Amino acid sequence: MQTEIKFAGFGGQGILLSAKLLAYAAMKQGSFVAWIPSYGPEMRGGTAYCTVVISDRLIGSPIIKNPTHLVAMNRPSLEKFEHDVKPGGIIFINSSLIPVTSQRTDVTQLVVPVNDIAIKAGSVRAANIVALSAFAAKSNLVDLELLKECVKNEFAAKPKIIPLNMDAFDLGVQSAQQTA
Amino acid sequence: MAKVLMKGNEAIGEAAIRAGCKNYFAYPITPQSEVAEYLAKRLPEEGGVFLQGESEVAVGYMIFGAAGAGERVMTTSSSPGISLMSEALSYIAAAQCPAVFVNIMRGGPGLGGILPSQGDYFQATKGGGHGDYHLLVLAPDGVQEAVEMTMQAFTLAEKYRNPVMIMGDGLIGQMMEPVEFPDDLKTEPTNKDDWATNGMAHRKSKKRNLVKSLFLDPTALNENNLVLKAKYAQMKKEEVQYELVNADTDYQVLITSYGTMSRVCRTAIDMLKEEGIEVAMLRPKTLFPFPEKAVFDASGKESCKAVISIEMSMGQMVEDVERCVKGRKPVEFYGECGGDIPSPEKIIEIIKALL
Repeated sequence: MQTEIKFAGFGGQGILLSAKLLAYAAMKQGSFVAWIPSYGPEMRGGTAYCTVVISDRLIGSPIIKNPTHLVAMNRPSLEKFEHDVKPGGIIFINSSLIPVTSQRTDVTQLVVPVNDIAIKAGSVRAANIVALSAFAAKSNLVDLELLKECVKNEFAAKPKIIPLNMDAFDLGVQSAQQTA
Repeated sequence: MAKVLMKGNEAIGEAAIRAGCKNYFAYPITPQSEVAEYLAKRLPEEGGVFLQGESEVAVGYMIFGAAGAGERVMTTSSSPGISLMSEALSYIAAAQCPAVFVNIMRGGPGLGGILPSQGDYFQATKGGGHGDYHLLVLAPDGVQEAVEMTMQAFTLAEKYRNPVMIMGDGLIGQMMEPVEFPDDLKTEPTNKDDWATNGMAHRKSKKRNLVKSLFLDPTALNENNLVLKAKYAQMKKEEVQYELVNADTDYQVLITSYGTMSRVCRTAIDMLKEEGIEVAMLRPKTLFPFPEKAVFDASGKESCKAVISIEMSMGQMVEDVERCVKGRKPVEFYGECGGDIPSPEKIIEIIKALL
C-alpha cells in the first residue's frame, strides 16, 4: 500500500514544512517515506510544490505523476494539479484563497478556510499547520497526536510560537471534523 | 542511532563528518549547494575547515594540497563544476593521493539544466581528465546509500591512494528520506607515513615524501603508470558491488540501470510482475569497477531474450553493458536526459516492446 500526497501553493506558504512534518510522523509510525521537492525553474508568484510518499514497502520510483491526494493552498495549484489526482483521493482546498471548487466528481473535496482559521489562532503564518492538521484528520494517514508532537518538536527552538501552532493544529482538526 | 529524515545533500555532509573528514572545499552550484550550506555550519563545530574557493579549478587544487598532506578531504559539485575540477583529478590520480569527490549530476552538456541527469557516466568512468587513470566510482540509489557510500569512499580512497567519486543526481541530493548513520569511522589512514607530506615531526619514518605527477624520465613515467594499472586491476578484483533484483525468476528481459533511474525500473518490475511478466535488473553500485562478470552471467540466463540499459542519458553505460554481454544477447537502450525522469509506465511500455 502506497499513498502519495502533493502539497502545492505559493512559495512562502510553508508547504514544504507541512509536507516534511507529515513525512516525519509517517516515518515515526514505521512507514517508508520520501519527501520530494520541486526545484525546477519556477516563476515568481507561481506554484511551489512537493510530494510525500508513504509506503509499507521500500519506495521504488519517487517520481509521482498521479498522487493519491492533493493539498492546494492557492488557486493556481488547484487548477494545475486537480486533474492529476487519482480517483477516490482527497482534494484539499484552501477556500480563503480559492473561491472555486474542483470540477472533479470522483474525489472527496475538503474545503477549509485555512488562512481565516490561522488568523483566528493568532497568525496567518500558521496557515500551513491548519492545512496539515485538517488534511491529516480527514485522510487518517498518521496518528494525530504523533503528528502534533512532530509539529511541537519542529518549533522547539522557537518556544514562543508553539502555543500558536498548537492552537492552529487543533482548529484545523476541528474544521475537518465539522465539514465531514 | 534513530532514523532521521534528511535531504540527500545534507546527509552526505553529515556522513563526511562522521567519516572523519576535516576539510571541505567547494564552490556552490545547483543542485548540490546544500552540502556546502550544511558543512559551512557543521565543520567549524567539529574543528574542521570549510572553505569556499574562488572557482572549481581552485577547489580542485585545494583538494590536491590537503590530500597530499594526508588530510581527509572532500568536495562536492555538479556536472559543469566537475568538468572544471577534472584537470586536478588527473593530477591527484597521478600523484596517488586519496580524496573524495561527489558529483550531484545535472543535465548537460554545457550549462544544460539543473534537473537530475546521468550524463556524466563517461566522464566519471572513462577519464574526464587526461592520461591513463581511473576514479573509483560509487553510485547510490537513495539517501541511505549515499550516506553509506560517502563513509566508504574515504576508506577506499585511502586503501588505493586514489580519488573516489560518488555519482548522485539532483533527485538524490534534493529528496528527503529516512537515514540511519552507521557508527563513526574516525580512524586515521594507516599508510599515511609512507606517502603523505605531513611534516617530518609528525611521522615515524625518516624517509622524505614527495607528492608529484611529473616524470620526465620515460622509464619512470611508464613505471608510475604500471603502478596505477595494477591498482585498477586490484579494484576490479576486490571492489565490484552490484545488486540483483528479481533475478531468481525466469526473467525474459534483464535491465541494467543505476541510481535514481534504477528505482523507477524497480517499480516497473513490480508492476510487470503483477501482469505475470518477469523482468530482472542488475544495478551496478560501483560504476568503476564495473560488474563485468555479473552482467555477463545474468545475461546468459536461458529465459532472457534481451538486455536493456535504462539511463538518464543518451546512452553511456550501455557501452559497458554491450562489452560485457559479449554479443550473446541483443543489447537495447532507453534513455531521457532533459531532467524529466521517465515514469514506470514508460519503462513498462519500452519493456513490452522487447517481448
